[in-house]
Amino acid sequence: MAKGFVAINVERCKGCGFCVEFCPTRVLTLSSAFNTKGYHPPNVMAAEKCSGCDLCGMYCPDFAIFGARYAR
Amino acid sequence: MSEQTLEIPCNIPADAVNPVEPFLRMDRMPHIWCPGCGIGTTVNCFTRALIDSHANLDKVAIVSGIGCTGRVAGYANLDSFHTTHGRAIPFATGLKLANPELQVVVYSGDGDLFAIGGNHFIHAARRNMDLKVICVNNLTYAMTGGQTAPTTPSKVISATNPYGVFEPAFNLVALAEAAGASYVARWTTFHVKQLSRSMEEVLRKKGFCFIEVISPCPTLYQRRNKMGDGLDTMKYYKQASKIRHGAPTAECDLTKSGEIVVGKFVDRDRPSYFEMLNSQMTETLGDRYAEPEVMCEQC
Amino acid sequence: MEDELAASITIQGAVWGGAKAFTVTSGPGFSLMMEHIGYAAMTETPCVFVDVQRGGPSTGLPTLPAQADMMQARWGSHGDYGIIALCPNSPQECFDLAITAFNLSEEFRVPVMLMLDECVGHMTEKVIIPDAAAIDVYPRRFTHLPPGEFRLFEPREDKVPDMVRAGDGYRFHVTGLTHDERGYPSMNVDTQRSSVTRLLEKLQPFTGERALSETADLEDAEVVVVSYGITSRVAQRAIDLARQKGVRAGKFRIISAWPFPEKHIAALAPKVKAMVVPELNLGQMVHEVERAAAGRCKVRLVPHAGGTVHNPEAILKAILEAAE
Ligand SMILES: Cc1ncc(C[n+]2csc(CCOP(=O)(O)OP(=O)(O)O)c2C)c(N)n1
Ligand code: SF4
Ligand code: SF4
Ligand code: SF4
Ligand SMILES: [Mg+2]
Repeated sequence: MAKGFVAINVERCKGCGFCVEFCPTRVLTLSSAFNTKGYHPPNVMAAEKCSGCDLCGMYCPDFAIFGARYAR
Repeated sequence: MSEQTLEIPCNIPADAVNPVEPFLRMDRMPHIWCPGCGIGTTVNCFTRALIDSHANLDKVAIVSGIGCTGRVAGYANLDSFHTTHGRAIPFATGLKLANPELQVVVYSGDGDLFAIGGNHFIHAARRNMDLKVICVNNLTYAMTGGQTAPTTPSKVISATNPYGVFEPAFNLVALAEAAGASYVARWTTFHVKQLSRSMEEVLRKKGFCFIEVISPCPTLYQRRNKMGDGLDTMKYYKQASKIRHGAPTAECDLTKSGEIVVGKFVDRDRPSYFEMLNSQMTETLGDRYAEPEVMCEQC
Repeated sequence: MEDELAASITIQGAVWGGAKAFTVTSGPGFSLMMEHIGYAAMTETPCVFVDVQRGGPSTGLPTLPAQADMMQARWGSHGDYGIIALCPNSPQECFDLAITAFNLSEEFRVPVMLMLDECVGHMTEKVIIPDAAAIDVYPRRFTHLPPGEFRLFEPREDKVPDMVRAGDGYRFHVTGLTHDERGYPSMNVDTQRSSVTRLLEKLQPFTGERALSETADLEDAEVVVVSYGITSRVAQRAIDLARQKGVRAGKFRIISAWPFPEKHIAALAPKVKAMVVPELNLGQMVHEVERAAAGRCKVRLVPHAGGTVHNPEAILKAILEAAE
């Protein structure tokens, strides 16, 4: 069971890839699909590895993603 | 792909919100910044610093000049002022003088703070005015099209130096130290943890504090110089940065593609503007001096 | 502060921090302040600028009189906006009008200019300073609405919005960009039209009922001398001399120069033969007098490039010629 979760607001994403690159446990990958603005948002490919560290949230210039630990 | 069809294979609590959102004017989103721009990243760090410092947000004011970075004030859910080009620091000085209990943060670009506004920067540092100055240094005048700024390293191609910049650039951290800043640090947008810790530190520190954040402007700086996109720039920051706390600032010049010395360079205590004012007046006037009551009676 | 660019915006930071604030300068500094006079107009920041006019352009005549910044006071910053400008002609009036300037800046939320000239600026005369309690102070128009309901640039009936100050929990935004009633940038044709129009319209009362002036001998006047500042004191001498020579001269002293008291001048014009306008410049406010008189009487400029004041004889000569 993952310690944390990551939430993505795909429509805000501009596909810069910061979150994917700097997630320490490689939870994310850029999706091949487009959002309505034409960017590739990230996809969660390894949810179980998410620590909820929120580094993705600190990097994301578009406030489109964040991570958090589950309560308890 | 829309939000409805996205499948996120992890359990997101229904009440989970992005921690940055309470600090933003969400009715003004989306912001104007380009894909891969570093300004939003610095805002995340600032938000985390506000959270971690337990600042009373009603008493934090943010003042920006003009530029892409200058738009930060407009997005921050604080008392916020988008002033004129280069004049954020004197505006902030007035705000602080009138209402010393405010925590006044100046958030602006390199061109704004060091070209047109350079004079105000050195004087506010000299006075040790209690301002926290955060400079997003993307090494160019971004908003107006990528012209050469006083921070643009030599050899760089810019809109106004299509054959390469030949003037030497300002070393902002050395300038800040020489002018008298109480606190001087430099990070890049790669260093999100360190940056937010520095921001938290200055929110707790008295006097004139300066943080330089090296930040990508993929649209107008990196692209014109064939340096890739925002992510390539972040990887360069990661690979080229050396953390050297306390490094002599004179050794911290930036070049087009060389090493980036980051860290906290200066953390010293000098008497603040108010302390100097009060001690001089008390020395001269003795009992006849009362600390100024600057708030107007009707207010 | 380190320079006039700084001073002219520091005062505005202080105002939004809750203080009343002003700055004082002369020609070259006034030129540097123009950017922030525009900022004060756009952000409706009440503040006061004092300009002690010297001869120009550029460094010009330091510490010698002129009245050549009058148009700059009105039009010096870019864009359409309005300001209030007051012209004292004595030390007592410098004191009194400084209070008026602050009061008007708060009531109308505009930058108010106190336009001195070097003579008035350096003049020594008796000044009566009343008890603080006897001074009328227009309080800042702080809103009574709570955060959330309050909109920073929503005008009241008099077209002037109420204010807040930083630190009181309103989390407001101020920008020099064209903005909507929330204070948010809104750069479109409609917002531009409505906001810029309001900036001018809120000052309309100063073209008539709220205009400040001093008049004498107007009832029977055939020639009226329209003047302001130090020049009005020289003009008084010329008016007296003209009366001695049997020419019915009258006085209209402009105190609030901007917005121009055009309704008063327009009402006066059909009743007189001529208006004589002495100024320590080569023709500035005379254009406004001509515009308001609109051909219903003669308008004659008595120019002076500055450095000293007019010789009363020059004004007298103009009065006598105009009376013919
Ligand atoms: C007095 C004045 N001169 C020029 C401009 C045009 N201008 C707007 S933003 C800007 C440069 C901003 O550069 P910087 O501070 O580095 O901000 P960035 O956009 O790079 O974040 C300029 C020159 C202006 N608004 N006002
Ligand atoms: S960091 Fe943000 S904008 Fe960039 S790809 Fe990830 S979610 Fe999208
Ligand atoms: S919260 Fe941390 S571990 Fe989870 S996706 Fe974001 S960066 Fe990766
Ligand atoms: S132009 Fe450059 S600095 Fe401005 S938003 Fe785009 S990437 Fe950012
Ligand atoms: Mg820049």
